[in-house]
Amino acid sequence: MTTHQPPAPQAAQPTWQAAAGASYPGYTSPIPVVRTHLGHALASEWTKIRSVRSTMWTLGVFVLLVVGIGLAAGALVAANASEGDLNGENPLSFGFFGLLLGSMCIITLGVLTTASEYGTGMIRTTMVACPSRGRVLAAKAVVFFAVAFVVTLVSSSFVAFAQVGMLSDARDPSGGEWFKATVGVSLYIALLGLLSLVVGSIIRHSAGAITIMIGLLLAPLVIALFMFSESLQDLREALFEYSIPSQLSVFYATSLTDSGPSGWDPLWIILGVTAAAFAGAFALLQKRDV
Amino acid sequence: MIEAVGLTKRYGDKTAVYNLSFQVRPGAVTGFLGPNGSGKSTTMRMILGLDNPTSGTVTIGGHPYRKLPNAPRQVGALLDAKAVHGGRSARNHLLSLAQLSGIPARRVDEVLGVVGLQDVANKRSKGFSLGMGQRLGIAAALLGDPQVLLFDEPVNGLDPEGILWVRNLMKALAAEGRTVFVSSHLMSEMALTADHLIVIGRGQLLADMSVTEFISANSADFARVRTPDTEPQLREKLSSALTEAGGHVLPEQDGALRVTGLPLPRISDIAHEADVRLWELSPHQASLEEAYMRMTQGAVDYRSTADQKAGLQQPLPPGAQPPMPVPGQGQPGWYAPPPPQQGGQPFTAPQGAPYGGQPPAGPYGAPGAAPAGQPNPYAQPAAPAAPVAAPAAPAQPAAPPAQPAAAAPQAAPAAPAPLTDAEPKSEDAR
Repeated sequence: MTTHQPPAPQAAQPTWQAAAGASYPGYTSPIPVVRTHLGHALASEWTKIRSVRSTMWTLGVFVLLVVGIGLAAGALVAANASEGDLNGENPLSFGFFGLLLGSMCIITLGVLTTASEYGTGMIRTTMVACPSRGRVLAAKAVVFFAVAFVVTLVSSSFVAFAQVGMLSDARDPSGGEWFKATVGVSLYIALLGLLSLVVGSIIRHSAGAITIMIGLLLAPLVIALFMFSESLQDLREALFEYSIPSQLSVFYATSLTDSGPSGWDPLWIILGVTAAAFAGAFALLQKRDV
Repeated sequence: MIEAVGLTKRYGDKTAVYNLSFQVRPGAVTGFLGPNGSGKSTTMRMILGLDNPTSGTVTIGGHPYRKLPNAPRQVGALLDAKAVHGGRSARNHLLSLAQLSGIPARRVDEVLGVVGLQDVANKRSKGFSLGMGQRLGIAAALLGDPQVLLFDEPVNGLDPEGILWVRNLMKALAAEGRTVFVSSHLMSEMALTADHLIVIGRGQLLADMSVTEFISANSADFARVRTPDTEPQLREKLSSALTEAGGHVLPEQDGALRVTGLPLPRISDIAHEADVRLWELSPHQASLEEAYMRMTQGAVDYRSTADQKAGLQQPLPPGAQPPMPVPGQGQPGWYAPPPPQQGGQPFTAPQGAPYGGQPPAGPYGAPGAAPAGQPNPYAQPAAPAAPVAAPAAPAQPAAPPAQPAAAAPQAAPAAPAPLTDAEPKSEDAR
């Protein structure tokens, strides 16, 4: 499992030697010195993310939730719907529930990718091996985003195909609907995970960061549910519309409300929030002590 | 080459490291010593660019760590044996670090072999013992085959074989021309490994010198003199004669005398003139531990106190004595003061020499306050023995605790307290 990397050609290249260590007298290593870049950090982060069990657990539960709930919802609807009930319905929209629950797994994995290094002290080893801290955060973000996107895309596409097959009464989704319900929603979930990763880097504490992200996911909806006062009507509407579950449902064109974000809006919103948080995390990382 | 200039680190209003300047040269093992909480790890973190100094700079080969080209190939560090993700196998842990530093992956198996972890390479490091964790940390430090190596407490938790291995490893690394900077609490280990010492206390530099210089500067080599056990009055006679001749006499627990400031032949002459027979007259070379303890005893932040068990013990029967506390090494004053001529200031003692100049050790001779001929002070069962013994020992001002401790707060065990209390106050006042 360690040999996926081809052993770098070395030992036969004496010209590489003494490239950097020669600034003052002393020992010179025979191992060739290479200038490191983001690619090295990406390989390292890929090794890290695939070599811990929490990745397998969180992604395994994620796939189980998305596929399990998606198929169960599809089967239930198919079994109980009477003739004509599903006319004009988008069959892809039943993938929503699985992804909503599954997003918590992606949040957890995102937080753990950064915060667990602080919890274990591994971050000090990492930062000694790579003093350019921004590169480490960037590599983590890229690797995690790719993993989260691919896993979400595969499981949401599988569920989409299965549901279209099961709900033969419903209308055939358009190409645009297909695209939003697979690629679009996967980008959204992966960005949500990336936001968690960034929050983990800011908070540096796994449990704290996970709590914050779960709160962000659920609190607006729950708070809005209990806003009975007439004077708070507008705030309540906004909380409903911009809550993450509501934004997620926009990808299936079954928004919980009729106003608020629509089309690809949720993607731009989370992209902006994540970018802002990333900039903050980057600045903090440069400034703070590890 | 590591070079620190005016390095200072504050956390809030606590100053962890203050105005520290030193150089660590290649080709030697440099020991980094200091009591717990003296700022050793903070200094190491600043060297590695993990913590930003509040003021001052520290450079490696002329560059601050975070600006160092190919940093992991020039510097390797073991900071904390448990600074690994416990769920990752040893090999994957090292592999991720190798990839991050652009080191060929097969180097991972090499260093695993060097530290002897090849058999557990695929086990998750969560199950590693402290010693195995240390070995993994050393493997990570050696991964880049670097020119500069920092080890924070490398022998913690290692078995004797591992300690020997680390000792030889450090020496071998230094012999290859590398810079090796090692912190440790194990003085015996440092005495064997290090060539040069940097000692800090409360975040300030106490000493920066070679090991042999350090020992001779901070430990009065003393003579141990023993008079016949059967005749305690000879002992008193000799100690007053030696004191008169300018020597410094400290009674030891077993009845011997510790004499500083007089050469051995002179002691023999004085004893002869005073007509005192000697059972022992031996030179004593102080150890590094002793020298270190003496130097840092004023700079120790965390010092144990006696376990009083207040209110939990049954009241002693009237007339009975509480047992004497074990005279602790490392309690203030246990080690002899520097010889009068040599002084204790080979190093730059900061701020009016709070650490260097020792007060006269008179009252602190108390731990050895056992009447001659009774080597075991704990064997004294009855109270009357003590008052009898006290006048017979004029060289020991602090009388043995004759009353129950509750009735005598000023009893002997409390004697070291004024020093312990006064020191932090003078520190805080600055």
